[in-house]
Amino acid sequence: MSNTAAISVSDLTKQFGDFTAVDAITFDVKQGEIFGFLGANGAGKTTAMRMLCGLSLPTSGKANVAGFDLYKESEKIKKNIGYMSQKFSLYEDLTIRENNRFYGGIYGLTDQQIKEKTQFMLKHLHLESKADTLVKALPLGWKQKLSFSVSMIHDPKIVFLDEPTGGVDPITRREFWTMIYEAAHRGTTVFVTTHYMDEAEYCDRVSIMVDGKIEALDTPAALTKQFNAKGMAEVFVQLARKAKRSDN
Amino acid sequence: MRVLRILLEKEFRQIFRNPAILRLIFIMPVIQLLVLPLAADYEVKDINIAVVDQDHSSYSRQLTNKISASKYFNLVEYTNSYDEAIRGVEKDEADVVLQIPASFEKDLVKEDKAQLFMALNAINGVKANLGGVYLRSIINDFNGEVRLEWLQLPRFNPQPMIQISSINWFNPLLNYQFFMVPGILVILVTMVGSFLAALNIVKEKEIGTIEQINVTPIRKHQFILGKLIPFWVLGLVVLSIGLLLARVFYGIIPEGSLFTIYIFALVYLLSVLGLGLLISTYTETQQQAMLISFFIIMIFILLGGLYTSIDSMPYWAQIFTKFNPVTYFIEVMRMVVLKGSSLYDIRYHLLIVTGFGIILNGWAVINYKKRS
Repeated sequence: MSNTAAISVSDLTKQFGDFTAVDAITFDVKQGEIFGFLGANGAGKTTAMRMLCGLSLPTSGKANVAGFDLYKESEKIKKNIGYMSQKFSLYEDLTIRENNRFYGGIYGLTDQQIKEKTQFMLKHLHLESKADTLVKALPLGWKQKLSFSVSMIHDPKIVFLDEPTGGVDPITRREFWTMIYEAAHRGTTVFVTTHYMDEAEYCDRVSIMVDGKIEALDTPAALTKQFNAKGMAEVFVQLARKAKRSDN
Repeated sequence: MRVLRILLEKEFRQIFRNPAILRLIFIMPVIQLLVLPLAADYEVKDINIAVVDQDHSSYSRQLTNKISASKYFNLVEYTNSYDEAIRGVEKDEADVVLQIPASFEKDLVKEDKAQLFMALNAINGVKANLGGVYLRSIINDFNGEVRLEWLQLPRFNPQPMIQISSINWFNPLLNYQFFMVPGILVILVTMVGSFLAALNIVKEKEIGTIEQINVTPIRKHQFILGKLIPFWVLGLVVLSIGLLLARVFYGIIPEGSLFTIYIFALVYLLSVLGLGLLISTYTETQQQAMLISFFIIMIFILLGGLYTSIDSMPYWAQIFTKFNPVTYFIEVMRMVVLKGSSLYDIRYHLLIVTGFGIILNGWAVINYKKRS
């Protein structure tokens, strides 16, 4: 793990009219770490993540992602990041191979590279026999693992995962986290949001957002100690209870 | 270029896997071109007429025979009560009532002048209007015949009569289909192009794949071109099917060259697709996109000069037609198909529609934002 920050954010804010979705958040993510980005529904996690991916323009504040300025160099950032949104976003009417070809192609991979990547991925996910199956025919767990793999097809420096394991069974969740560890092991910085507190424990460091602000940020062990709790779940509940807004 | 190729590959794969789009592309032209020109016909035939004959003379009978012999009129009632005939109109059995008053023949012979009365059911304005015109011309004809009959008679007082003979240039038989089919073809191409283009990007918004694309370093114009070209090709396919059907079923063979038609269609499609793409950059759901394109295309079609002559529109509407790409294509189609106009003759049309294309597509590229 090197000391340079993969992501460095200061006072990043996003307002929608009168509503401040993200309120002057400041944090750094180190290269190669698994950074857990926690918060209740409506706390502003997804908005913050979308800003860092260059999908949403910040209202104010500064940010540097993969060494590039978020305002001026967002297209350069995009070459260096992968993003897996909450919504499943592969093309259901294309096969696995075709999805790979499409996303690999728009990231500028050569035919040879795409072929190798696809081969590797299929083998890794044990999906060799499904290479030419339409994606819509696959079960959700496989789809999620597949979209994670596709978001990594261009070997990005940082990968953003927005609730990647939502609605997925426990076995697949564990397999998914194995994949995350493997990615981190290869040096990819992983920025992940989740609602599962056992998953929070797997992260190197965790931040907890409440009402658009970051209320806590440290390793899971340190946070547990700081809040005098038995585990991350208790930490989360203590903090989230203070929230004034929610989405329901 | 490689990125564009990858995009096109993906779009075409998706189109060929979508049975709804394929059906739309092949069935819509067939139905529209085979059914519409036969049904949407301005010629009014089978006008139901009730004749109130209160004269019962040989002239009144001659006139009645002449009317019922015409292919435009059906004699549904022959009575001597005007009230009875009007009841027929009320029941929608008759469209026109012609009253021949009791002294018709007497007045005509003695005073050289007689009166007839015509009552028209104006609920269907077109039918009433044309029915009136046809009936008038039959009566005029009858009038001429009567005069001819009297020509030998010494007491005839010759009155000059003007006879008009006319020739219909470019469509000598005034074949209504020659006039309509090229126009309907334009509408087809317009609808297929704009609807498909409008729905496409919005669909990616709905299913969420647009986020995944926006997070890649893809360039905006690449993305828009990748969406434009497939529908460009589809539009030309529809046009080709349409031209083929027009030739096989209506014997319409363009006087001008197909090359001219295709050059113009290429440019025209660019502007129509641009409109569709622009709509899809402004909308969030396919429903919104569909309603907005429907609204705009409807106005374009109604004010495009297919169903009504632009020259008879009010001034403000005529100004509007100048900004309506549909108007230009309908004009060009008719010019090339019926008159044999060349590329040189349609140069201004070409130039203006190119302008529309550049503006609409440029606007779409600008309004498509990868970052909101």
